[in-house]
Amino acid sequence: MEELLRIMSEVRPDIDFENETALIDNEMLDSLDIVAIVTDVNDEFDIEINVNDLLPENFNSAKALYELITKLQYE
Amino acid sequence: MVRNVLEYLEASAARFPDKIALRDENEELTYSEYVSQAKTVASWLAAGVTKDQRNQPVAVIIDRNIRSIVAFIGIVYSGNFYVPIDNTMPAERVQLIYDTLQPVAVIDARTNTSKPIEGAKPIEEILKETAIDGPALDLIRRNAVDTDPLYGIFTSGSTGVPKGVVVCHRSVVDLVEAFADTFGFDENMVHGNQAPFDFDVSVKDIYNAMRNGATVVVVPKKLFMLPKLLLEFISEHKINTMIWAVSALRIVSDFKALDAAEEMTGIRYIMFSGEVMPVKALNYWIDNVPDALYVNLYGPTEITCNCTYFVVNGKQDEWKALPIGKPFPNTRVLLLDEKREKLVTKAGEVGELCVAGTSLALGYWNNPEKTAEAFFQDPSITAYRSIIYGTGDMAYYNEEGDLVFASRRDFQIKHMGHRIELGEIEVALNAIPFIETSCCLYDEARGKIVCFYQSQSEDTRAIVKLLGEKLPKYMWPNIFKRYDKLPMNKNSKIDRVKLKEELK
Repeated sequence: MEELLRIMSEVRPDIDFENETALIDNEMLDSLDIVAIVTDVNDEFDIEINVNDLLPENFNSAKALYELITKLQYE
Repeated sequence: MVRNVLEYLEASAARFPDKIALRDENEELTYSEYVSQAKTVASWLAAGVTKDQRNQPVAVIIDRNIRSIVAFIGIVYSGNFYVPIDNTMPAERVQLIYDTLQPVAVIDARTNTSKPIEGAKPIEEILKETAIDGPALDLIRRNAVDTDPLYGIFTSGSTGVPKGVVVCHRSVVDLVEAFADTFGFDENMVHGNQAPFDFDVSVKDIYNAMRNGATVVVVPKKLFMLPKLLLEFISEHKINTMIWAVSALRIVSDFKALDAAEEMTGIRYIMFSGEVMPVKALNYWIDNVPDALYVNLYGPTEITCNCTYFVVNGKQDEWKALPIGKPFPNTRVLLLDEKREKLVTKAGEVGELCVAGTSLALGYWNNPEKTAEAFFQDPSITAYRSIIYGTGDMAYYNEEGDLVFASRRDFQIKHMGHRIELGEIEVALNAIPFIETSCCLYDEARGKIVCFYQSQSEDTRAIVKLLGEKLPKYMWPNIFKRYDKLPMNKNSKIDRVKLKEELK
């Protein structure tokens, strides 16, 4: 989880990723942030987040994204 | 001949009174409702704040909604011009815009107005409280001329103060006539509006649709993070025209979202501008949506959206730059040498791209010095006044006679579809107490703004937090490099050439 928080904070140092739960719904991120986060996460965790995973429920919080990463690692 | 954009709206409302003109997530308006709501807004202005005033700026606090468009056109009916303001920008920047603009009124077009903005009148209150005053609006129209300002849009300024580009009716009429002639736009188009309304790409959605009696669907912002849902939205709303920023098209190609989507057979036009389109991304779109007409559009806000276009004929060579093409009808493009004295005409020779014609903006609001710098006499004409706009973009003609963008002549960049003066970022950085001095460069290969700063302490989070109070997010540097002492050149200025080498 710490690694994920580091990646997300590098892309957007202004957002408190530990506590935010509506990153997509409140439009706190934009398309380029998503591209940057997904690219780094794929590299770092050796997974492939694909277009079907790009849904609000997977990206609204760091915790939700971490759950997606864990799920993809087991698949 | 059309002189005022309202003639387009009224003609379309007469042809298609019950057709949907505007739609967003929450509501939709037919053409006759569109006219009636805009006239209501105008009557409120004409009865009070702008009584007896013409050609004055009225600010609109925008949202991703159709009420923003109704507010714009209402202001136009009142004989004044609108200036879209994005209130989610840092408060200091919004204040700088207000200080420069001194608007006579502010209309709040946000969907959610539960947190009121001091001095701004919510559009929903105007629509509830006001009746249309037909005779007053007729009188206003009788005195209108085609060089009256239509809108103002603020762009980045190198001294730290944004510049307000003011564009008149004539320029927008010329633009949409050129689009209709060149691309065959018609009433069956459904524009999927991507561009925020304080960005002039949106002008093409609003006024092309208005001229042709077509429909504008405002695409919710968050869909540009969710490409699968974005494509579903396009299909569901039968959007067939996308005049988008390059970055918006890239979210689809980067995630190969079209691979998993249903066939997008209904899309007729895909047009892009704002920055250089990567050919790889373009080819991905062409492979998956082969029947659409793809057009690379080029031009700064000061010449009313676009001055040149390049129709993409099939997949492109990934090793070649995509041309910006040829001028639109009623637009002349010339290339000038470094001193802005002589014409550059040889193929392959680089010159500054300058533009002549009725598309030229009226100038920068309340800023005659900057206006005179950017809008100047055509050096090839001495017998009469002929003003051209110097874009600051360096370009050349290729062997096919198409213009190709080469570079910038100054420190302005195009990043995430926005024009940014690196100097404006440096002004904000240098105001941070623990930064002694700074320099920003653009790493074109990676599309990132790199900040080199001189400071005894390293705290990126604090820098971004302080920048966030002054600059919109798209202006924040992506990479920070701290120096105890920045390298200097012989003239005791920061050695940009040396720093640029570090980007390699």
